[in-house]
Amino acid sequence: MEELDGEPTVTLIPGVNSKKKQMCFDWGPGEMLVCETSFNKKEQPEMVPNCPFIYIIRKDIDIYSKILRKLFNESHGIFVGLQRIEEELTGKSRKAQLVRVSKNYRSVIRACMEEMHQVAIAAKDPVSGRQLSSQVSILSAMELIWNLCEILFIEVAPAGPLLLHLLDWVRLHVCEVDSLSADVLGSENPSKHDNFWNLVTVLVLQGRLDEARQMLSKEADTSPTSAGMCQILGDLMRTMPILSPGNTQTLTELELKWQHWHEECERHLQDGTFAASPHLESLCKIMLGDEAALLEHKELLSNWYHFLVTRLLYSHPTVKPIDLHFYAQSSLDLFLGGESSPEPLDNILMAAFEFDIHQVIKECSIALSNWWFVAHLTDLLDHCKLLQSHNLYFGSNMREFLLLEYASGLFAHHSLWQLGVDYFDYCPELGRVSLELHIERIPLNTEQKALKVLRICEQRQMTEQVRSICKILAMKAVRNNRLGSALSWSIRAKDAAFATLVSDRFLRDYCERGCFSDLDLIDNLGPAMMLSDRLTFLGKYREFHRLYGEKRFVDAASLLLSLMTSQIAPRSFWMTLLTDALPLLEQKQVIFSAEQTYELMRCLEDLTSERPEHGEPDAQQLQDDDIETTKVEMLRLALARNLAGAILREGSLEGS
Amino acid sequence: MEEICAKFVSQKISKTRWRPVPLGSLQTAETFATGSWDNEENHVSLWSIGDFGNLDSDGGFEGDHQLLCDIGHHGDVMDLQFFDQERIVAASSTGYVTIFLHHPNNQTLSVNQQWTTAHYHTGPGSPSYSSAPCTGIVCNNPEIVTVGEDGRINLFRADHKEAVRTIDNADSSTLHAVTFLRTPEILTVNSIGQLKIWDFRQQGNEPSQILSLTGDRVPLHCVDRHPNQQHVVATGGQDGMLSIWDVRQGTMPVSLLKAHEAEMWEVHFHPSNPDHLFTCSEDGSLWHWDASTDVPEKSSLFHQGGRTSTFLSHSISNQANVHQSLISSWLTDPAKDRIEITSLLPNRTLSVNSLDVLGPCLVCGTDAEAIYVTRQLFS
Repeated sequence: MEELDGEPTVTLIPGVNSKKKQMCFDWGPGEMLVCETSFNKKEQPEMVPNCPFIYIIRKDIDIYSKILRKLFNESHGIFVGLQRIEEELTGKSRKAQLVRVSKNYRSVIRACMEEMHQVAIAAKDPVSGRQLSSQVSILSAMELIWNLCEILFIEVAPAGPLLLHLLDWVRLHVCEVDSLSADVLGSENPSKHDNFWNLVTVLVLQGRLDEARQMLSKEADTSPTSAGMCQILGDLMRTMPILSPGNTQTLTELELKWQHWHEECERHLQDGTFAASPHLESLCKIMLGDEAALLEHKELLSNWYHFLVTRLLYSHPTVKPIDLHFYAQSSLDLFLGGESSPEPLDNILMAAFEFDIHQVIKECSIALSNWWFVAHLTDLLDHCKLLQSHNLYFGSNMREFLLLEYASGLFAHHSLWQLGVDYFDYCPELGRVSLELHIERIPLNTEQKALKVLRICEQRQMTEQVRSICKILAMKAVRNNRLGSALSWSIRAKDAAFATLVSDRFLRDYCERGCFSDLDLIDNLGPAMMLSDRLTFLGKYREFHRLYGEKRFVDAASLLLSLMTSQIAPRSFWMTLLTDALPLLEQKQVIFSAEQTYELMRCLEDLTSERPEHGEPDAQQLQDDDIETTKVEMLRLALARNLAGAILREGSLEGS
Repeated sequence: MEEICAKFVSQKISKTRWRPVPLGSLQTAETFATGSWDNEENHVSLWSIGDFGNLDSDGGFEGDHQLLCDIGHHGDVMDLQFFDQERIVAASSTGYVTIFLHHPNNQTLSVNQQWTTAHYHTGPGSPSYSSAPCTGIVCNNPEIVTVGEDGRINLFRADHKEAVRTIDNADSSTLHAVTFLRTPEILTVNSIGQLKIWDFRQQGNEPSQILSLTGDRVPLHCVDRHPNQQHVVATGGQDGMLSIWDVRQGTMPVSLLKAHEAEMWEVHFHPSNPDHLFTCSEDGSLWHWDASTDVPEKSSLFHQGGRTSTFLSHSISNQANVHQSLISSWLTDPAKDRIEITSLLPNRTLSVNSLDVLGPCLVCGTDAEAIYVTRQLFS
């Protein structure tokens, strides 16, 4: 086992005094249920807990945020798209596609962040406003980390372009400069603005030298004394060699040119070209990558990774990926200067600079309050074939582990469970069993919802779950006295036992009321009738009634008889069938042939002979028996008459 | 169909409906209602796609649909229909049928009228009622007909507290949808593949006619009647098949068209251009079926005027349609060869639960909590 990575968080449960009362808990899907037990110690006579509530502890509370729901839904689409990326795609086109997916994820985070920011500003209640703002900063940190991982792990930028990407990264995330710039340029006399030099410095720090030059020319316009110096510094800015995307020059050429430029800057500084203006001199020092000069502007840099990128820009523009961690570590140390210790975000970024993907994911899992980020990032990195060798000591690999955690969280939500299905689908090892366990626990309050769940199960050939859902629905329908629905559901589940049970209910209702309900269903059973013997009997018996109603007596009679002789009809129903035969026997013309009459008689005798003897018959039973005896007598009489008629008729037919 | 606009709304959408435009007005659709399902708290919401006067530089419409107002709804919204310009009728999974009234002055919704026990089960041998989901509604001012999982049909009038007519046990299985055929006749579809026609002039609880798919008993989930030819009906089933029926003749569908891979949740004829039909499904697709005979010619007509005169050219084609559709293109058998099918959503998502069309505008809602709107159906 590994040691704990951090102190577990303590959740206080209101109203429960853990010293006096005992608590018990149980794991629900994705959440924990805690309640007070009613077991008591001997000295406490009362059995009832003081606190009759069950507490639900949710571990993934972010799922319940209304704005984050958009993130979950929108990223679900991206996730599914990513899983379908053709495996055959290799090399450049595959990488381009993965980078595009990564950018899509980031743009969803940004959209979510912006909306949350708007809501936070508009929030009237300061508490929720603060909560939202902290969510915004979490989202912003997520995007920052994701972007860096995209550059280092997905894009895998080589020396040269690497720095350009890092510059973009810093510009995107340290964006105070835009408001500063608007503020300064909006004033009447920009170069006299308090923040003028701050703005120029920030622009230089971010490598936005064109903009910095324009600002300098404004300064030159207003103060003729420094115009010459501004001109020289501006020229240095203009001539700084940089790698442009379309350029074909080699890295060595660039390094050579850059070395020349650097020496020129150095010469100007030593010649004291800017000695008259401390501002310009400081800018020149920055452009020489002077660490002390850079650190003077800690406020403007705002964080160590900005410092790192600026430092690389002006001293190691062709830094190799392998060397990054060295500069990152020293930048962090220099920037913090022993005054404060690194925060979780710093550790995560540092791990990324060290190309330690597992550390990044681990730190993120600990620091962030939801599984969304690590699950999606890990999945994406796995598609970049970066995580293959790593297996956990529990469950399957890390990608699958994180996806399962995230999907279980979704399933705990009353509405987002549908998204979870696709995540389980793409977990080859444990996804299927997890889905099976979760899907059965979805509450089914309408048939429409049940149909959606059934569709999910049927698409995945989860026959066991299909059967259990249909059975639940059939049970519900029986309880609601909806026998037709119940029968439909048991037919869909191919549940013969339940179909028998429902058919019996139909027959019982028929015996009580003397007519069938739900004819529209029974008349249209079709091949589904063969599901159970009892259902077949129900369908055939109904057919007998229809034939009788249509006055097709001969057909009706032979069907009735075959129901008994083929043993499809349950014994308990034979008396009813024989009673149904009565009106046919009483018809003017002979319907049952002699042979059929013998069969009927045998059925009747079978039935009466096996009648069990009752021990102590009560009054009701005596009366019932009385009716029964009369019925049997009537039947015997009718059968005898019919037999006589049939023999006569058959004899005369043969004779003629 | 390049311009389809999606918006995520943090609730699964079960129904989307355009507010009808006043008869004879030149207005296009600009307001629609949605209902949510499977949320802890469900809502009926009104949205506007009104352009608020901000056309962007290309002359196209900027921005997506904006929420006008919403109101909590007890239970899942199972069906939603506009009763008139201001009133919306909603069916609930709790058996409620509610009329919501929209107040345009202060943009609010309020409950105008409610029938709380429209649909219910009676337990065996016990007098206790338990609510049953109401699954479908159809309105024809002043009448409202509702059907439910309890197999019951109710006829309400907006001004009556009690149901005007109730057919208990109208169906032994679940009724999924209802539509008016010719007043006072309605048509229902159920979960064992049957269409039943009911005539409110007749007493008793027997349908006047039953039509069914043969043998398979595939549940039917939706139904729509041809806007001009009242005997032509389209239904969608659990297997995703589209069936076209002529209720005057036979008890079997005129044509069966293979369509979606899962439940077809809704089918709609275009109200003013009925050679066009729209379907949506659990498999996450939304399809446009075009059965007009002269497809290439018509599309050239559309392109002629460019975007600004879309509406004008649309009304011209309507007139053409009146002459053409005396014999419905849906009933002739070779229709199958002539139908052109287009998929309207860019990528497959979760189930598309509902759609509605009005003029050149289409709206649909999904389980992925997104609402899609397009205003250039025929461009």
